[in-house]
Amino acid sequence: MEAYLDHAASTTPRSEAVEAMLPFLRDCYANPSGAHAMARTARKAIDESREIVAEALGARPGDVVFTSGGTEADNLAVFGVLDRDVPGDAPAVAVSSAVEHHAVLEPVVARDGRLVGVDDRGVIDLDALEAALGPDIALVSVMAVNNEVGTIQPMAEVAELVRRVAPGAVLHTDAVQAVPWLDLRPIGSAVDLLSISAHKFGGPKGVGALVARDHLSLVAQVVGGGQERDLRSGTQNVAGIVGLGAALQATTDDRHEAVHRVTKLRDRLLDGLRASVPDLVETGVRSSAASAGPDRSHRVPGIAHVCIPGVDSESLLFLLEKAGVFASAASSCASGAMEPSHVLAAMGVPRHVAGGSLRLSLGHTSTDADIDAVLAAVPPAVERLRAFS
Amino acid sequence: MVALSGGVDSSVAAALLVEAGHDVTGVTMKLWGGDSDTGCCSVSDVDDARRVAQQLDIAFHVFNFGDGFATHVVDPYVRAHADGITPNPCIECNRHLKFDALLHRAEALGFEMVATGHHARIVTGADGVARLARGADRAKDQSYVLHMLDQSQLDRVVLPLGHLTKTEVRAHAARLGLRTAAKPDSQDVCFITSTGGRTAFLGDRIPLRPGRVVDTDGADLGTVPAVELVTIGQRRGLAPGRDGTARYALDVDVDAAVVTVGPANQLEDTTIELHRVVWGHEPVLGDVLVQCSAHGDPLAAVLEFPAVPDLPEVPDSAPGTRADGGRDGIRELTVRLAAPLRRVAPGQSVVFYDGDQVLGGGIVRPSPR
Repeated sequence: MEAYLDHAASTTPRSEAVEAMLPFLRDCYANPSGAHAMARTARKAIDESREIVAEALGARPGDVVFTSGGTEADNLAVFGVLDRDVPGDAPAVAVSSAVEHHAVLEPVVARDGRLVGVDDRGVIDLDALEAALGPDIALVSVMAVNNEVGTIQPMAEVAELVRRVAPGAVLHTDAVQAVPWLDLRPIGSAVDLLSISAHKFGGPKGVGALVARDHLSLVAQVVGGGQERDLRSGTQNVAGIVGLGAALQATTDDRHEAVHRVTKLRDRLLDGLRASVPDLVETGVRSSAASAGPDRSHRVPGIAHVCIPGVDSESLLFLLEKAGVFASAASSCASGAMEPSHVLAAMGVPRHVAGGSLRLSLGHTSTDADIDAVLAAVPPAVERLRAFS
Repeated sequence: MVALSGGVDSSVAAALLVEAGHDVTGVTMKLWGGDSDTGCCSVSDVDDARRVAQQLDIAFHVFNFGDGFATHVVDPYVRAHADGITPNPCIECNRHLKFDALLHRAEALGFEMVATGHHARIVTGADGVARLARGADRAKDQSYVLHMLDQSQLDRVVLPLGHLTKTEVRAHAARLGLRTAAKPDSQDVCFITSTGGRTAFLGDRIPLRPGRVVDTDGADLGTVPAVELVTIGQRRGLAPGRDGTARYALDVDVDAAVVTVGPANQLEDTTIELHRVVWGHEPVLGDVLVQCSAHGDPLAAVLEFPAVPDLPEVPDSAPGTRADGGRDGIRELTVRLAAPLRRVAPGQSVVFYDGDQVLGGGIVRPSPR
């Protein structure tokens, strides 16, 4: 039996989502834009899913634009704002944190945007953000939760700062990794644009959503038949959208319990690893003054990230897989090889330490047995690799 | 562990080992992140390697050795050209990446052996010594680029194609329905594209300076656009003499930006000075056969201690690694050829054979100035 600790890459499908999707894969196959009864059934399912998303994210149903996933939602947010006509000839500029997912980072960098640094915990430097906000800034994009190390960004403070210093700027957050762990209603109410991806919370791959306040003008990046408020043309992925809605409902319903349970698993995992691999670094976690224990309050429970000096990630993952533990180092390129992490570099983790990075991510189906498997597999793997280094 | 490049040879090597009942894992080395036509690095080659592994139902991993490739292959390649030296990057890749870093990785991960699709054989004699030998297909033999393998490496390497001709390899690939069966052989240096070539690659990394072309009396004959790109023995780009005879680069002085040219007979020499010599088992002096390029003919020669022991050292691409060649001492040699040969460019490798078996090899030293 494998221990799956890669939920941040993709988590176990929710049975509610799978069940809800099946009728739309088999029987109700009509185009939701059609005029007949089967089309209306599909349309109704999309509308219901749209309401679930709006409710969970502090938005109105009319704000929700379904996309092909988190990357498309992020691209639409950044390019959709930067492509707007602006008076005068000053180019619209975007600013984002240096630790964004590549789906935000690449568009921002492609348009000569500015990147704002983070501290050793991965938390955005608000002073630097303030300094980067000028009258030319059209878009600010700060992720709600980092996908590699799990750091929660102070979105309320970011929103307050942006409204005060750059009231004309549009505020976007990539909330792809936040959905299972945070109540997104306050964040959704505070920002203009918010991206989610279904397979990160038990829905299917290939579907996501951008919440876009309906007063915002965005420039569509996929044009055609005018679906999704003219912001995302193309026949809707009905089954996917239904699965997204069902998974989001199930996730929201038991979030409180899941956060409590997974936090305990995460703490047992990290405390156990620290005890058995003494020089292991719990990435970006400081000791709390009160207890002298690690302060994980800025982390979501689902992501445990460590760096093991003297070990390389690829070899460690190989040996963990042999021991039945599925994990990741963080990011991968198209060829499947590991690339140095821009997130760890931005946090000031030295390259030789970052080379031993290991992301163990938990989800709604994680169990104590998974933690036992990791705690049994990591120490001998580390010992072996150090003996050969 | 089988190193899968995405080509037909390594695909068949893996398939034959699977057929023989071995527990096989495929590994592709991610070496180069820049532009590439083919080789071991492009995404499409990784895709081919992955699909072959899927077809053979074996585990597949991509390991990133990009840092080591830059340090041990690309950077020294660029630096050497800046010094007017022409290295063989495939040999350095085998020396430092495939048969050092990958072999080491395999050992750490618990693999007993590493297999590649090279055309060469490993034969173990009655004395228990493993020796590298030429592959059955002489036209495809790759023992030259593997000459640096020592005992500890030969003991852990498997070359399943050594007894096969290329035709037989392709027949196996077709029989097994491998998607790489008809894929053309890779050529040239994997990190240099056919569109930009060596000029564009080096021009992005080092200043390329025009050079004067002179004859052996020092008379000006013209110019070349980049003295760093001229290799000793080169004819291309050097206009023929007034009498119409071809002219060859006899000497390249990068510091002075001067290329000395002359007719073919002035290019011939009977001695080659080597450094960074390595041995498969133990040093050998005296009568051997030598091969001076990847597909060159074996030539009769005598190996001697160098007449001039203090020639300038080319900076070693990797101090402290196997390149030190120092197992049994002899790191420098003079090769005396039985018949004159056009000079071999500094940086190129000369490999020594006893019949079909590799004894060792070394790198041609730059001429003293």
